[in-house]
Amino acid sequence: MITTNAPDKRTTAALSFHNIGMTFPDGTVAIDDVSFDVDKGEFITIVGPSGCGKSTLLKIASGLLDNTKGTVAVDRDRIGYVFQDATLLHWRTVRANVELFAELHGIDSSERRHLAQDAIDLVGLTGFENHYPKSLSGGMKMRASLARTLTLKPPVFLFDEPFGAVDEITREHLNDETQQLFLKEGFAGLFITHSISEAVFMSTKVLVMSARPGRIVAEFPVPFDYPRHPDIRFEPEFAKLSGEISHALRGSHS
Amino acid sequence: MTAIDDTSTEPRQSATASSIVHDATPVIVAGTSRARTLFDNLWSPAVFGAFVIGIWYLVSYGLLDEQRRFLLRPPHRVISEGFLKWDTLSELLLALWSSTKVAAIGLFIAICLGFFLAVIMSQTKVVERALFPYLVTLQAVPILALTPLISFWWGTGQTSRVVVCVIISIFPLIVNTLFGLQSAERGMHDLFTLHHANRITRLRKLMFPAAMPAIFAGLRISAGLSVIGAVVGDFFFGKGDVGIGQLVRRYANQLQGEELITSVILSSALGVAVFLLFTWLQNKAIGKWYDGSSGGGGA
Repeated sequence: MITTNAPDKRTTAALSFHNIGMTFPDGTVAIDDVSFDVDKGEFITIVGPSGCGKSTLLKIASGLLDNTKGTVAVDRDRIGYVFQDATLLHWRTVRANVELFAELHGIDSSERRHLAQDAIDLVGLTGFENHYPKSLSGGMKMRASLARTLTLKPPVFLFDEPFGAVDEITREHLNDETQQLFLKEGFAGLFITHSISEAVFMSTKVLVMSARPGRIVAEFPVPFDYPRHPDIRFEPEFAKLSGEISHALRGSHS
Repeated sequence: MTAIDDTSTEPRQSATASSIVHDATPVIVAGTSRARTLFDNLWSPAVFGAFVIGIWYLVSYGLLDEQRRFLLRPPHRVISEGFLKWDTLSELLLALWSSTKVAAIGLFIAICLGFFLAVIMSQTKVVERALFPYLVTLQAVPILALTPLISFWWGTGQTSRVVVCVIISIFPLIVNTLFGLQSAERGMHDLFTLHHANRITRLRKLMFPAAMPAIFAGLRISAGLSVIGAVVGDFFFGKGDVGIGQLVRRYANQLQGEELITSVILSSALGVAVFLLFTWLQNKAIGKWYDGSSGGGGA
């Protein structure tokens, strides 16, 4: 299902926002005139203050919310969407959780199991297939959530601040793994975060969004080659770019 | 992706946790400490029980004279006249069995009806809004005030007793099931929405499993209530199969204090047994993944 009524050049992108506006029923303007594309092989991160409508944008992309203005062009059949919380079903083991989407898409059980095992191995949860979520740490839950989404082999991958609740060390590992997933799967990634370092480390491009109404106020291409070593965070160029983004972000607050 | 630091530490933690259960040596340690906890848990209720029995003797022999001792027979008389006399005990056990059957049938009907209503209410907001005030009202009516009406409509036999059980036990089932069905997190619903799950799939794979802890909480409450319903119904209607209620009434009329106390003890034992049965079932069904200790969901 392609949701579009803007038959222009933008439809070539995996995910394309065109003049998106979102006004909630109570009159709050959450997003105002946002346009950008995410191509296959692009990993775009949006940073912005809390409540600037970053998450709303992902909900619009996935179809969970209907935008009040503009158009979105994306194939919603196999869209990958990782939430802020792992949202694992407590009553299912890791394996059964990872199989959920394939199950909902009517894929037969042997194929499902195969897909799930591949995804579990890919996120490093091998050996935990029969564990229930209650016995997993926050980082492992997030991995299971990533694995669940990976089973769909989504061409478009939305991340709604997925590593906000884990500790710094785990977060850096997860960033590194996400980068590797991106390199291996080559999806079009749209990532939301508060962390500038996380944004710069993984992305091909960082967008800065302003507070309500949410607008894209600055755009920073990230010039570093992949794969990026975790220690790149300590390079001067990395610090310089982070500084510029931080500056733009502070500007967006006022 | 290769070994990552925090996965390699996390498995170790859970490995230690499970080795306590599987290793040979720690089992002995765990065994003695289990005996220790058992002792710790038992001594205080045992002391209190002894204290209560002491008071009981004091009242029976100290406060009541010979003529009025039927008001509270001493404990050993309850045991010798109630529990150790086969005639009395067999009569009581038979009555207990009859009441158990009534409670079980009543509970079964209440479960079916309660689930059905809760599912309908969870699917249609209008139905929920329409029914809820009446359910609360029904819950607030004292069951004894309803029993005459019930006997008008269904007579004084088995059916009426079952009806009493259904009425008394259905409310916690509906409320807990409904609460449970609505307890699935928003994010989980979003997952099902994103992947175009239909109503039935959502109900079967998301709402029902999410509701299990609350459903069991409701079951444990309702099972106990159903036992009360069976005894109360039998006591009030007083006809048909002899249940505990009829025996209580007869013993009371004939001032058989020992038997009366025995029947009270037996019927509360039935209530406790039913509660334990459902707690056990709950652990079997959802103990593996559910880690709440209190059972969630309240009526």
